[in-house]
Amino acid sequence: MTTSAPTTKIGFAEMLKGGVIMDVVNTEHARIAEQAGACAVMALERVPAQIRKEGGVARASDPAMIRAIQSAVSIPVMAKCRIGHFIEAQILEALAVDFVDESEVLTPADPDLHIDKHAFRVPFVCGCRNLGEALRRIAEGASLIRTKGEAGTGDIVEAVRHLRAIRTEMRRLTMMGPEELVNEAKRLGAPLDLVARVAKEGKLPVPQFAAGGIATPADASLCMALGAESVFVGSGIFLSEDAPKRARAVVLATTHWRDPARLAEISTGLGEAMRGTQVSSLPDDARLASRGV
Amino acid sequence: MRIGILALQGAFDAHARACEKLGHRTTEIRKVSDLEGIEGLILPGGESSTQLRLLDEAGLAAPLATRIESGIPVLATCAGAILLAREVRSPTQWSFGLLDCTITRNAYGRQLDSLETVSDDGRVPLVFIRAPRIDSVGSRVEVLATYQGSPVLVRQGAITAATFHPELSADLSPLGGVWTSEHPDRNLMGRRGGKEGDEL
Repeated sequence: MTTSAPTTKIGFAEMLKGGVIMDVVNTEHARIAEQAGACAVMALERVPAQIRKEGGVARASDPAMIRAIQSAVSIPVMAKCRIGHFIEAQILEALAVDFVDESEVLTPADPDLHIDKHAFRVPFVCGCRNLGEALRRIAEGASLIRTKGEAGTGDIVEAVRHLRAIRTEMRRLTMMGPEELVNEAKRLGAPLDLVARVAKEGKLPVPQFAAGGIATPADASLCMALGAESVFVGSGIFLSEDAPKRARAVVLATTHWRDPARLAEISTGLGEAMRGTQVSSLPDDARLASRGV
Repeated sequence: MRIGILALQGAFDAHARACEKLGHRTTEIRKVSDLEGIEGLILPGGESSTQLRLLDEAGLAAPLATRIESGIPVLATCAGAILLAREVRSPTQWSFGLLDCTITRNAYGRQLDSLETVSDDGRVPLVFIRAPRIDSVGSRVEVLATYQGSPVLVRQGAITAATFHPELSADLSPLGGVWTSEHPDRNLMGRRGGKEGDEL
């Protein structure tokens, strides 16, 4: 009998496909998310837009709030740890969270290295901007990959950039001959065995979700159309005018992304979306996506 | 065979891959018109609470129930089995009531308690992910495999339901016979060999 082998870790990520994982900061939000049809919640003390605004060092959440959210809902509960902070990850595993997000949204703890995720029984999700980053995280043991996007902005442009980069690089790989793969692995900075696997199968060996800047149902559908298999929504729901309505709409738009007539209905009368910040107006040091590459 | 996979949320993709390996064509079901022309139906794992809300919004619950009651072969795994059960616990929630059993959600714990193991008789590979437990079954339900004494694979008429994920196992042979109308349970449990019917 094996607990939490790759089959059950990646298998759990399969169960989350076609769904929406919502950032929640308290039990009230968690219940709204569950009621709206979220397939999981991410428990954290401040949503990315608040972290961006308030500044300071962003760390893993107080176990008390994570426990409270775990008892408030029946759906899976995820939580974030800082990049490279394996002790925070051990604490989250001790709390029996269902997934750990080693996240660039929190202030990185290690300037160079990510966590050795193979050493954990709890599965990990990590962010990436391109295929090389995705494969490095998978090599470290991530069971699920998401785009980084630019969290807390409500601007979808970076998530789109990252989804397109991954798709283009995967397509390139599928057209290469075996003699080209070693150089390509070197260029991507990724292990050859994973590069060869993507070249053969044309997709990542773990599910691929989108995150960072999703603020409308149409944003969620756009990510799905560009190859994402589910979406994470951070600030976009609970910083909008009518969170329950928007949460439900994003859930519907993630399932029915191929149906524009349905999306027109879904997008109607949701109240104001989060105001947001244009990514192009951000100075380089305010960009979270360049953390932990 | 053309198998419709309910694709509102969950492991529809994993089931599609398994079906393709077994030589079946698949179609994703997200709206009522997608049900046309299917010869088999899969209700995949995922979050049952999410799937319920999406079923309701898509107006799919009644047409699906009619289709299942008409006797189309159905494979329901994990959340799919929860959707079909007569009674759901922890928490109580709506279900189709077409499978005569009571089922408890997340009965084995959280993701850390997910595991790969084998059935009590050692014959069926089991991948459990935040799995539900079937607490009791009615007389119309045949129990095909158990784990720690609880039913994990059951059949009632054309419905086959599993609390585990056969579609995630490296060995897909337990799925091979689900769609065969003749002696379905013998095909499903092909590896029971001479011991068929013994201790279950």
